[in-house]
Amino acid sequence: MKAPYSDRKYVIYIIFISIGIILGFRLIYLQLMDSSYKVSADKNVLRYNTEFPARGLIYDRNGKLLVYNEAAYDLMVIPKYAKNIDTLGLCQLLGIDKATFIEKMKKASIYSSYSESIFEKQISKEVYGFIQEKLYKFPGFFVQARTLRKYPIPIAAHTLGYIGEVSPEKTLEDKYYKPGDYIGISGIEKSYEAELRGKKGLKVMMVDVFNREKGNFAGGKFDSASIAGKDLYTSLDADLQTYGEYLMKNKRGSIVAIEPETGEILTLVSSPTYNPNLLTGRIRSKNYMTLIEDKLKPLFNRALMAQYPPGSTFKLVNALIGEQEKVLVSSTRFPCSLGFHFGKLTVKCHAHGSPLDLEQSIVQSCNAYYCYAFKAIVEKRPFISTKAGFNKWRNHVLSFGLGEKFHNDLPNELSGNIPTSDYYDKYHGKNRWRAVSVISLSIGQGEIGITPLQLANLAAIIANRGWYYIPHIVKAIGKKNNLNQRFIIKKNTTVEAQYFEPVVNAMNKVVQSASGTGFGGKLENVSMCGKTGTAQNPHGKNHSLFIAFAPKDNPKIAISVIVENAGYGSEWAVPIASLMIEKYLFGKVKRKDLEQKMITGNLISSN
Amino acid sequence: MRYQKNIFSNIDWITVGLYLVLVIFGWVNIYAAVFNESHKSIFDISQSYGKQLIWIGTSLVIAIVVLAIDGKFFNTFAYTIYGIFIFLLIFVLLAGSEISGSKSWFKIGEFALQPSEFAKFATNLAIAKYLSTANIKIQDLETKLKTLLILAIPVSLIFLQNDTGSALVYFAFIFVLYREGLSGNVLILGFVVVVLFFLTLLIDQYVIIATITGVFLVLFFFIKKKRKEIFILVGIYLLTTGFVFSVDYIYKNVLEPHQKQRIEVLLGQQTDLKKAGYNVNQSKIAIGSGGFAGKGFLQGTQTKYNFVPEQSTDFIFCTVGEEWGFLGSIVVIGLYITLLIRIIFVAERQRSSFSRIYGYGVASILFFHVVINVSMTMGLAPVIGIPLPFFSYGGSSLWSFTILLFVFIRQDAFRVQQL
Repeated sequence: MKAPYSDRKYVIYIIFISIGIILGFRLIYLQLMDSSYKVSADKNVLRYNTEFPARGLIYDRNGKLLVYNEAAYDLMVIPKYAKNIDTLGLCQLLGIDKATFIEKMKKASIYSSYSESIFEKQISKEVYGFIQEKLYKFPGFFVQARTLRKYPIPIAAHTLGYIGEVSPEKTLEDKYYKPGDYIGISGIEKSYEAELRGKKGLKVMMVDVFNREKGNFAGGKFDSASIAGKDLYTSLDADLQTYGEYLMKNKRGSIVAIEPETGEILTLVSSPTYNPNLLTGRIRSKNYMTLIEDKLKPLFNRALMAQYPPGSTFKLVNALIGEQEKVLVSSTRFPCSLGFHFGKLTVKCHAHGSPLDLEQSIVQSCNAYYCYAFKAIVEKRPFISTKAGFNKWRNHVLSFGLGEKFHNDLPNELSGNIPTSDYYDKYHGKNRWRAVSVISLSIGQGEIGITPLQLANLAAIIANRGWYYIPHIVKAIGKKNNLNQRFIIKKNTTVEAQYFEPVVNAMNKVVQSASGTGFGGKLENVSMCGKTGTAQNPHGKNHSLFIAFAPKDNPKIAISVIVENAGYGSEWAVPIASLMIEKYLFGKVKRKDLEQKMITGNLISSN
Repeated sequence: MRYQKNIFSNIDWITVGLYLVLVIFGWVNIYAAVFNESHKSIFDISQSYGKQLIWIGTSLVIAIVVLAIDGKFFNTFAYTIYGIFIFLLIFVLLAGSEISGSKSWFKIGEFALQPSEFAKFATNLAIAKYLSTANIKIQDLETKLKTLLILAIPVSLIFLQNDTGSALVYFAFIFVLYREGLSGNVLILGFVVVVLFFLTLLIDQYVIIATITGVFLVLFFFIKKKRKEIFILVGIYLLTTGFVFSVDYIYKNVLEPHQKQRIEVLLGQQTDLKKAGYNVNQSKIAIGSGGFAGKGFLQGTQTKYNFVPEQSTDFIFCTVGEEWGFLGSIVVIGLYITLLIRIIFVAERQRSSFSRIYGYGVASILFFHVVINVSMTMGLAPVIGIPLPFFSYGGSSLWSFTILLFVFIRQDAFRVQQL
């Protein structure tokens, strides 16, 4: 007899076997069909460690070190593994209080409790040495090496620039950068970022669930070594730069010196300046706030970004254009009766003999002469229209590297301003203006704006008698002399070389003859050429301007000096430029009295 | 006393062989799961694998002791044993220790024992004893209620210990009851309840109600329009819709947050792989990355670097999946299914209904453990934390499964002795 319900065992068998088969199919799906789990398993255990390359060093033109790297250490934390630690002990090591600790941990946890974030930025070598020994007591914490920029000679802050943490936008735009990486933010650090940064290396490591490294993956097959950044050799002369900053102490303004033969920038002083060491390391953000709040705007790079009316220095340009346009020759005289008078309009001038020729107009800086000259240029026969004449004049001016950016290797330069005829059309109405309407341009006043760099380049152009190389700051990258090709293309002005001689001779007399406005800057053994300027401006006392080059033949240095709200060009700009030239040509300064007078001059508190 | 040559005569060697293979392979996988470079010896008792060896050794001693006990002992003392373990379940609630959220452990020095593991065995004895009593028919309401009571006492005590997983295991007895004559509709009902539960959580409940209504309307046209049948149909319809509505309530108000999370993970509604879903996700990665032949013994990166929590206990199957691949996994599942079928086969050859019912109980409990455990490592069932029999690390579970199985082997040997 069959036991009751014994057939039901088959139902049980069927259930057991079919569930077994279902599990088998699940295995087939997981292990044989879906390959994504293999990838996930690899992702779990592989950690990609970035090897940061050393950033390139920066030297001056004589091989003096300007910027080097110092190791700094970021204390990193993975919040998940930083449990049950001696909080008080760690706080003591770092010199922080418990509330700060809790806040930092919270911040790190919010970012991610499973991945690393910076707990304490750039701890010093000393603290690092201390912490390193005790780090085993603090699970979840580890130290990551970074490089800090250091400046052995604290000069040229604006030119060298600084580095800082890359912005989130940049990391999206350029995949090379990861959050926390450093990038050049201003100056050379920014413009030569690609050369300086080098190439990051990669090490693929195996890690366990606690993120502890367990060895190289695949014997290091996928690893790559980091490549150090290239060193930069700038054209700066560290001694001259130091001296320039020294002279400009307590003054607002700028000094730019160029080697006319090459277009290399020797000195780029923007005053007031700051110690570049202030903007590195963990003190950076605090100091940055102090600097940005400073009313004297020490972060503002006047040499490239301040636009001044060039004043009388601009007469040189008009003289050259006048000659080129054949509206005047060196013997051309224009009258001056305490100024230029045209209808109701008067451009004032100081008392001097009249009429003057071209040379004397420069030596004595006659305003009327240039009003006549400018009017003659713009209204030259056959006269077509004021606009056409003005445009021709403007094209000449632009060929002197004015009114446009150089697009050289210094970021953030401004273009200056040489107003266009369209601007005057808008201002006065179309065809409703003439040369006399814009006559202040003849003496470098009015809407015109020129940067100190452009002004120094103007000096270099006259020193070269009509041409220039784009002024630039880097001589060589790495070992090779692989300079930007644009910097070795000679740029010619629209004024022929022959027309420069009378102007150069006149500039020579400005300094060398007792009646010249720059006589105070006369140097022993060197024949110097220069032109003063006194720029009227709405901010107070006139700006004191001077451009110069020396020696007269075969010039080695061209310079522009602007001292804001200091008065006549001859008062401050001339002596400073002269001292700079002396320093550069002879290596030392003999005129200690003059030097002392310049250094002690404080033009900031009086304004 | 009947004559007995030795305690090993007449025992079912196939079952014993399957048991030994699973225990030893389990031990090897525990070794891989907690492998420690500085403690390479598999016999190192400072490590889990060394400890497991002690558990295995003592289990074999227990097995021999069980085989040496008189064949009638368990039948005779079934209720006594049941009573003792019910007492222990109550006692652990009062004086036990809490380990990972469950107050279900007795700590004796370094070792911890879990009475709820043994309660399964005791309950199985009691059920077998009760249902094998003469003149007992499962169709009777009284029998049903008494059976339910035998189950309900340990289940509610284990629930109170906050060990939901172990309590759910008692659902397995549905197979035993079915074999003993409970209506097959109960199996279907159980299946429908589970399916409806998950469907309600996955799909909008009104869609389900609408579908059910549709189905019943169609059925209405096919049945004989007798009052009784209409009454039953409407009754079932009301029960079903009521159930669907109550699922939502139970889910929101009865289940604990971590239980909800586990169900949400299973249904793919919870995708936070760092929290509730972490375990299952890492386990699936381990199994999936094993491929066809596996990464090789001690070569699994998931296993070696401890990405799967509780890998030596509840998640031991993913070690098999990762290091031994599809081949190893399908063999392990095959071994379990073979063991289950062998147990049913042996149970069916018993003369005494006590032995048969007990055998079905053994198979049902093992089946529930294996299926739920393996399914949860592969993301097919919610994580309810029950061990893989004979395989997972742990003394209580290995001892209790050994006792459970060898009492059955003893009964089977006794059958022959009685001839």
